[in-house]
Amino acid sequence: MDLLEYQGKQLFARHGIPVPSGKPATTVEGAVAAAEEIGYPCVIKAQVQIGGRGKAGGIKVANNRDEATDHARAILGMNIRGLTVYELWVERASQIASEYYASVIFDRSAKAPLVMLSTKGGMDIEAVAKEDPGAIARLHVDPLLGFQDFHGRRLAYEAGVDADVVRPVGALLAKLYAAFIAEEATLVEVNPMIVTPEREVKALDAKVTLDNNSLFRHKDNAELRDRSAEDPQERMAKERGLTYVKLDGNIGVLGNGAGLVMSTLDVVKGAGGEPANFLDAGGGSKADEITSAVEVILSNAKVKAVLLNIFGGITRCDEVARGLIEAFHRIKPTVPFVVRLDGTNDVEGREILSDAKLPNVFSESTMDSAAAKVVELVKA
Amino acid sequence: MSILVDENTRLVTSGITGREGSFHTLRDREYGTNVVAGVVPGKGGQDVDGIPVYNTFNEAVEREGANTAMVFVPPRFAADSVLEAEDAGIPLIVAITEGIPAHDELRLYNLIKKNGRSRLIGPNCPGVLSPGKANVGIMPAAFFNRGHVGLVSRSGTLTYQVGYEFTRRGLGNSTIVGMGGDPIPGTDFVEVLELFEADPETELIVMCGEIGGDAEERAADYIAEHVSKPVVAYIAGFTAPPGKQMGHAGAIVSGSSGGAAAKAAALEAKGVKVGRTPTEVGEIAAGILTAA
Repeated sequence: MDLLEYQGKQLFARHGIPVPSGKPATTVEGAVAAAEEIGYPCVIKAQVQIGGRGKAGGIKVANNRDEATDHARAILGMNIRGLTVYELWVERASQIASEYYASVIFDRSAKAPLVMLSTKGGMDIEAVAKEDPGAIARLHVDPLLGFQDFHGRRLAYEAGVDADVVRPVGALLAKLYAAFIAEEATLVEVNPMIVTPEREVKALDAKVTLDNNSLFRHKDNAELRDRSAEDPQERMAKERGLTYVKLDGNIGVLGNGAGLVMSTLDVVKGAGGEPANFLDAGGGSKADEITSAVEVILSNAKVKAVLLNIFGGITRCDEVARGLIEAFHRIKPTVPFVVRLDGTNDVEGREILSDAKLPNVFSESTMDSAAAKVVELVKA
Repeated sequence: MSILVDENTRLVTSGITGREGSFHTLRDREYGTNVVAGVVPGKGGQDVDGIPVYNTFNEAVEREGANTAMVFVPPRFAADSVLEAEDAGIPLIVAITEGIPAHDELRLYNLIKKNGRSRLIGPNCPGVLSPGKANVGIMPAAFFNRGHVGLVSRSGTLTYQVGYEFTRRGLGNSTIVGMGGDPIPGTDFVEVLELFEADPETELIVMCGEIGGDAEERAADYIAEHVSKPVVAYIAGFTAPPGKQMGHAGAIVSGSSGGAAAKAAALEAKGVKVGRTPTEVGEIAAGILTAA
């Protein structure tokens, strides 16, 4: 789960990481009230999870009440690369002497947290990594030991931060690591981390990704929302406890098991089709579960045909077939379905399905033939 | 021979009194696995269809000589259960549980490696099956025959699909290892490849990878250096868009890394044949074994 900038900054503040004071707002009036309280000059920032907000006009400095009103009005509701702005963050404008970069990443390859620090802040760090890899100091921390003071010093000296801020930079890194561990994040990134003319070190931006599997231990984080990033189908699926990812095509795909569904998408694409979604129905074979999943797929108006790919392991195909028939009677879909049943009791399953003579339902026995059939149907 | 589980397996299940835990443990026993105990704190002294339940792993080891642990408890208790099994000195721990927090897995992985006395398979995996010998986990054993293909996979149903492709062609498996779909599996492709390379019963190795991380790329390097047996691979997720988690916690293309095409290219560059569909994997594997 990715947090919005202000949600990340509020999380940082809870861990003692210095951030500019600010307030969130969802209305023009709210933004102006926040600006009046914070004082001028202040910055009004669009809260959407996408790069290039500034260039798109989503970040503006206000020097007085009128400017705050104009900017808030302009930014709220703005569309930034496909995302609608529903929330603003109003914060005190900061004076900047230097811009650095700092992050802690869950490095799955090294099986350890990776802490990075660079004096090349304020720009795209992936570009820095490509063009000038030596400009980024990196250090893996043994998670059983944790972040030590010397880690902070070593990174600060290696990155070449100004000598007078080695200590505060190290201290901020230690707090960043502590926040990463305590909140069970997979990424905490500060770009830029600034040094002010008064030589204070602050997080001017916050990018935080939390581990969804740990949210049961973090009730406050679990309640954080980002309206701009919510897709209606994805929200519907989430409420029903289904794993759904929306894609751009017109073939709905439903299967059991994440790996099998991923593979199904590939096979459909290989047959010349464009999948409309990823949907893992898990081990469920009951009519209720299938109905629920099919409803989510069909709520996407682009879907012209659906491929149901079931490999029966412990779930039996005859049970799945019965569940399907009941689900079809309830939903009465208007688009064609290709059903591929394979695995445990597949022959019985296919017989049950064909005996039911459902209109517009085609039965196939292999993944390849099922994909070819569904592609033929959408192209017809 | 085979790897990890066989006739010498003495299995203890943590969470044996739960719905899933009891169902799958009894299925495993029916298949022929030697199930010696269950562990559920507070239920010591009870039994599940004749399998004695203990309060701690220590007791299960002392009284029953358990040498393999299967963890079925819910995510919030799973890391603790794995740590308890490790502390009891159980050499093989198979964690089936899906949804364990990533930071728990990070600690588990590093602690188990540091102590060096246990091997963890999973979490979020279907387990390990040596056909005709032992099934530790939730795999539908009926699909797999005894044979010479070693299969290792990050996914569950996809493993069954690929395994079925072999069975259909009259091939069988030495062992099937589900290493799990999480970002930090306790045992990686490289370690399983090492075991299959040393196993006399295994003549061909099939690995099923998917998007996310760089386990497949590291496996490719290892194969080039250390594996003499033929290896066939499959990678799921060629069409997955970046930044979207495809079901498994570990299946996500982040930035420029973790894409399926790069993984397939890395493997092919080291002489591994990569099938584009599960069917093609079966065809390639059958071709190699019949030509041999």
